[in-house]
Amino acid sequence: MSSAIEVRGLTRRFGDFTAVDSITFDIQAGEVFGFLGANGAGKTTAIKMLIGLLAPTSGNASVAGFDVVRNADEVRRHIGYMSQRFSLYEDLTVRENITLYGGIYGLTDAEIRDRATALIRELQLDDAIDARVASLPLGWKQKLAFSVAMLHRPTVVFLDEPTGGVDPITRRQFWEMIYGEAERGTTVFVTTHYLDEAEYCDRISIMVDGRIAAMGTPGEVKQKFSAESLDEVFVQLVRPGSTPTLQHG
Amino acid sequence: MKFSYSWCAPDRRRLFSMGNPQQLWRRNSAVRAFIVKEMRHILRDRQTLTILLLLPLAMVVLFGFALRNDITDVRVAIVDPAPDPATIALRDRFAGNPRFSIVAISPTNVGVEPLFRRGDADMALEFRSGFGESLARGTPARLLLIGDASDPNTASMMAAYAGAVIAGYQSAIGATGQSIQIVPQFRMKYNPTLESVNLFVPGLIALVLTLITALMTAISLSREKERGTLEILLVSPLRPWQIILGKVLPYLLLAFGNVVTALLAAWAVFHVPFRGSLILLLVSSVLYSMVGLALGVLIAALTSSQRAAMLGALVGTMLPNTLLSGMIFPIASLPGWLRPITYLAPARWFIVIARGIMLRGVGVAYLWRELVVLTVMLVLLFGAAVRSFNARLA
Repeated sequence: MSSAIEVRGLTRRFGDFTAVDSITFDIQAGEVFGFLGANGAGKTTAIKMLIGLLAPTSGNASVAGFDVVRNADEVRRHIGYMSQRFSLYEDLTVRENITLYGGIYGLTDAEIRDRATALIRELQLDDAIDARVASLPLGWKQKLAFSVAMLHRPTVVFLDEPTGGVDPITRRQFWEMIYGEAERGTTVFVTTHYLDEAEYCDRISIMVDGRIAAMGTPGEVKQKFSAESLDEVFVQLVRPGSTPTLQHG
Repeated sequence: MKFSYSWCAPDRRRLFSMGNPQQLWRRNSAVRAFIVKEMRHILRDRQTLTILLLLPLAMVVLFGFALRNDITDVRVAIVDPAPDPATIALRDRFAGNPRFSIVAISPTNVGVEPLFRRGDADMALEFRSGFGESLARGTPARLLLIGDASDPNTASMMAAYAGAVIAGYQSAIGATGQSIQIVPQFRMKYNPTLESVNLFVPGLIALVLTLITALMTAISLSREKERGTLEILLVSPLRPWQIILGKVLPYLLLAFGNVVTALLAAWAVFHVPFRGSLILLLVSSVLYSMVGLALGVLIAALTSSQRAAMLGALVGTMLPNTLLSGMIFPIASLPGWLRPITYLAPARWFIVIARGIMLRGVGVAYLWRELVVLTVMLVLLFGAAVRSFNARLA
């Protein structure tokens, strides 16, 4: 198995509304995959199905080699997830957050200690280790959240708009961290609204109204739509016939 | 939006299988890590913690004093137009009673009205002339009790106490065939000291437990939902029941501590008796707390914000558990159509248990029905909580 994520005809309906309409794609191990789309295009719904927070109406998907419906437990053990909302506990210290997530993922105390030390050194958080997360600047929080999501060394990591509201320099550092993980063989599945970030991805897909309207390397996608930038592609795809739909998921 | 993975068949099988020791150890370490985290949340929020710890103490003391139905220090003005041995003996009885203090003695009732107006007297006792003679002859001896009825409850209570003093005198002089006619007629029901506090403490324990368990769990769980941390937990290998367990155990501990505080306060301040088994009361309190915790989880699962969860917990648990439990209003005094609804309030059952144990000293033999009801409630609510927790996340 070389596909880290395999999706076949994955569909999710909410009543009459089809949020995700039979999407199919494969993502290779170690790939950085950009999952793009306008608000309400169905990105979040698709991610929720892949990480086991939502049952598909039809179709199937496997993540890290495990079926997301039948083997949800194994999937959970092998993935990391960072949501678009900040997801560490603000009233706990940096160290306590690390210990908590290490414990939840069944790491031994020694593993937690070693990884925490490495993580702290990498993020240069030495002085802040016993500070409450609430006191950290947003950029640091996001980097910390990413590192914590990687603590149990998942094979696939899902990042849902990880850089929202972060300054350009931190975004840059954040993407360096993402590349670092990809080089170690981790598959990175990332959604973003910043199209310059999409250029950093190995491959991207653009979702429109629950379907995948374009997929390929950033170069291929631009070529196909004879566009100068992904921005242009995005506008072309989202604009035509786009009826305002209820935002969902 | 539906979310139902964790209850697919394979999961359910694994829920009850122990797995190999290493797996078990890992799973436990996950719950432990979660409980430690939860304790830290509680300990770190100093203000809330202080309030929660002092709450049972403050409630027992404040409610205990506020809801005392008995009255002390009734100031009496005595009008005695023709003192004789009988009136003097009765006056002495009032003077010697710790509940009464005599503020004025006069031969006419002219001075009484101003005393009332100024608020210097609560009650007047007016003898008719020839009181002792009538008593000796065996004809009705008349006296008049005038109470300040601006607070009717207090007035009738004062009248009852005064009546008791007079009755005491009557039986002391052995006036069996004779009678002292009291105008107006008062009920002679004597409320022993602090009886209301005794009845109230068990209800208070129920109230504090409801507050800690249902309200605090609902708030803390919905906070995780609101901040998005719950999503992270659900994506982790933790199972829903582990999350719920980790959430409720620290609060159970806190609730337990609160029961002990409330009992100590009741015993130290009001000398509330404790006639039954302390163990049985503590076990029942844990049972009742778990019902509240399950309710709190259920409420958090059904609401989408902290604010809604808080209101939900107040309306859904605090109100019925205080108003429909017999804690403040006796169930017998509720209108008939409302009475069956009280069966749904967990506190109704717990209060029967707590009063039974504390005041009557009865054991399981008398209280098994209530214990069974609470257990059934717990099973149903916990099942519903886990299910709705699964179903309402997206």
